[in-house]
Amino acid sequence: MTIQQDLQQQVQSAAASRTPLAIRGGNSKAFYGRTTSGDTLSLDGHQGIIDYTPSELVISVRAGTPLSELEATLAEEGQMLPFEPPHYGETATIGGSIASGLSGPRRPYTGAVRDFVLGINCINGKGEYLRLGGQVMKNVAGYDLSRTLTGSLGTLAVLLDAHLKVLPRPQLETTLVQHCTAATAVELFNQWAGQPLPLSGACHMDDTLHVRLSGMAEGVQAAASTIGGDSLDNAAQFWDQLREQQLPFFSGETPLWRLSVPAATPPLALDSATLLDWGGAQRWLKTGLPADVIRTSVAAVGGHATLFRGGDRDSAVFQPLLPAMLALHQRLKHTLDPAGIFNPGRMYPEL
Amino acid sequence: MSVKSIIPQLLAQLPAHCVLSHKEELRPYECDALSAYRELPLAVVIPETGEQIRTTLQVCSENGVPVVARGSGTGLSGGALPHAQGILLSLAKFNRIIEIDQHNRTARVQPGVTNLAISKAAAAYGLYYAPDPSSQIACSIGGNVAENAGGVHCLKYGLTTHNIQALEVLTIDGEHLTIGSQALDAPGYDLLALLTGSEGLLCITTEVTVKLLPCPEVAQVVMASFDTVDAAGAAVTATIASGIIPAGLELLDQPAIKAVEQFINTGYPKDAVAILLCELDGTQADVTAQIERVNQVFTEAGATSQQVSRDEQERQRFWAGRKAAFPAMGRLSPDYYCMDGTIPRKHLAHVLNRINTLSEEYQLPICNVFHAGDGNLHPLILYDANKPGELERTEELGGKILELCVDVGGTITGEHGVGMEKINQMCVQFNSAELQQFHDIKHAFDPDNLLNPGKAIPTLHRCAEFGAMHVHHGELPHPELERF
Repeated sequence: MTIQQDLQQQVQSAAASRTPLAIRGGNSKAFYGRTTSGDTLSLDGHQGIIDYTPSELVISVRAGTPLSELEATLAEEGQMLPFEPPHYGETATIGGSIASGLSGPRRPYTGAVRDFVLGINCINGKGEYLRLGGQVMKNVAGYDLSRTLTGSLGTLAVLLDAHLKVLPRPQLETTLVQHCTAATAVELFNQWAGQPLPLSGACHMDDTLHVRLSGMAEGVQAAASTIGGDSLDNAAQFWDQLREQQLPFFSGETPLWRLSVPAATPPLALDSATLLDWGGAQRWLKTGLPADVIRTSVAAVGGHATLFRGGDRDSAVFQPLLPAMLALHQRLKHTLDPAGIFNPGRMYPEL
Repeated sequence: MSVKSIIPQLLAQLPAHCVLSHKEELRPYECDALSAYRELPLAVVIPETGEQIRTTLQVCSENGVPVVARGSGTGLSGGALPHAQGILLSLAKFNRIIEIDQHNRTARVQPGVTNLAISKAAAAYGLYYAPDPSSQIACSIGGNVAENAGGVHCLKYGLTTHNIQALEVLTIDGEHLTIGSQALDAPGYDLLALLTGSEGLLCITTEVTVKLLPCPEVAQVVMASFDTVDAAGAAVTATIASGIIPAGLELLDQPAIKAVEQFINTGYPKDAVAILLCELDGTQADVTAQIERVNQVFTEAGATSQQVSRDEQERQRFWAGRKAAFPAMGRLSPDYYCMDGTIPRKHLAHVLNRINTLSEEYQLPICNVFHAGDGNLHPLILYDANKPGELERTEELGGKILELCVDVGGTITGEHGVGMEKINQMCVQFNSAELQQFHDIKHAFDPDNLLNPGKAIPTLHRCAEFGAMHVHHGELPHPELERF
């Protein structure tokens, strides 16, 4: 029996007995989302690169493949995952990265995980093997379910294989540092983003902004002189630490909130330690403020807030959905997972 | 019978001029840009307010009457083909740009706004909307969302799905939902992805928030000639392999070059067997460096000549031929049929050679003008609908080309959508479980199957019937199904 057949069989018998399954890749993001319980369905053995022709800019990979292995394979060919996924541990897998839908500092300029998912092969809650999307750049046959599975935290299907678009690594990257307030940083980030500059990262903390430029050497150098600031040594390490939440800002036991807001939103009046990333569109807060205070403030500017780390993992970790939207989510979940066995409650208690 | 009483019910709740029901008024709506398929709806409703859209949906929903939404009717797959027992819902009057947010680089627009109008309005801020389908002067953003439209520049900038942020939609019951958000992501499932490209089967879009990008400082085009299609295909692969992502990378084969030159005499090299148009954009320093690299790659790949556009006027002239390619074909042949398969680029030469063989077998000429950079083929089959049997032969040949695309790991449609046109080929690309999953998704949004029914996703029975005529790889598809 192949691993795929074995997994299909495990899903079928769990569906028959309505036994919840906790789908697991490398278990590096167990902290994320709400508490769930169930028999472990491990993708550990389902590893390896299925197909990779660098000139196609597409890689097909099994979900249990370690992220580090995938990134090393791409790096050998001068390519990368453009969404710069956070690992949050050495065991991180590509399946887990897609399921959690998390993207790194490059996201506002090159795109999110979902933007680079071309297709997914998965097992639905009936134990059926489905091929969604494809391995080509443009494909509008059938509903674009593979992108909807991205970020669904394993609550819709078991991801088996993914076809991902990849990009060449930039010829040159350079990081500039300027001292300024958060309010000024937000203004500058969005002024720059409105001009044809090769931005690939923009964050602010401790009255200092960091901006990264990527591209052909000539273009990067020209942009660097337009933007100005001191160039940073060991810049790659800085962006890695930002992505992996290893900067001092992220340490300590205080709950960590992720705020997703329109990028040009001025700093919010929430009295908390704040790190701005994604050119202002993603804001990290270390705060003990109550959820409703944070969410009211964020909703007022058209955003949403996630209790990312710490705090009460049985509470509403993700911004609650309006009743009609929740009902649609439930109907959608039911079509893929009619017995409700996949990661129940990991995203919302009702899913 | 409720279907027949739908018109008086609509007239009771909507202004009379918003409801068309005389045959001569319906005629302009009988087809979209795929004119081989025609049907008259029961009535055309042209609402002027959001409330009128909601009312129309509610009346149709209560009476079990199908609703087909239509933007500008420029679609190429019959997605806006009316339903004989249904209402055609035209969103043409929703043509207002509501707001441009310069700092967040977004625009909120109504669904009937044309694609190009967004970029024109954003130009005042140095911004533009990147997806550029060739019909951009006429096609609506609502239609772009329904089809997940692409265009020449999606190699670098992505499709509609990569360039929109939020949708306001109404369900068939008239319930309002906000999909996505004004931020870069939204809580819950990514329904924005699911609705983009759903061909009007899940919801009716009433507002779109698009992302705007800064206009590039400069764009230049390299035009290169090759003496074989294989060499041009290899040059495409080598360009991408060299680490450059052009803004656009288009291929024209010899029949296409000749047709274009006869039509507008744009100065394409007439002796070339294939030409590549490679656009590079960014800052001047970046573009100059990229052009140098592309020139080198093309030379190594055997280009027989190369020209770089010296100014904006020349760049426009290089593109003029590409943009005139379809009308140029229209002069050569009474009718043409435009295909839309996408393949992994590495199979480009094989697929183009196979298409040539099929063209000879069917005695129908084919021209190729396409998005080579992302492997999205647009073979144009030239035919004459007035010759008995020629349309049928053309459709059969088109079907063969799409199946060839699936065989090499590609898809039956890159950017035009399935609609009515490619509904049979869906049975080749997807199996019963996958198609049933799609039907279940539709049911979650539209339990009575009233939104654009019969399009995009074939019924399993239809596939069984199609399969009976069509043995693929020596296997009958869907063997588990009864044959009708």
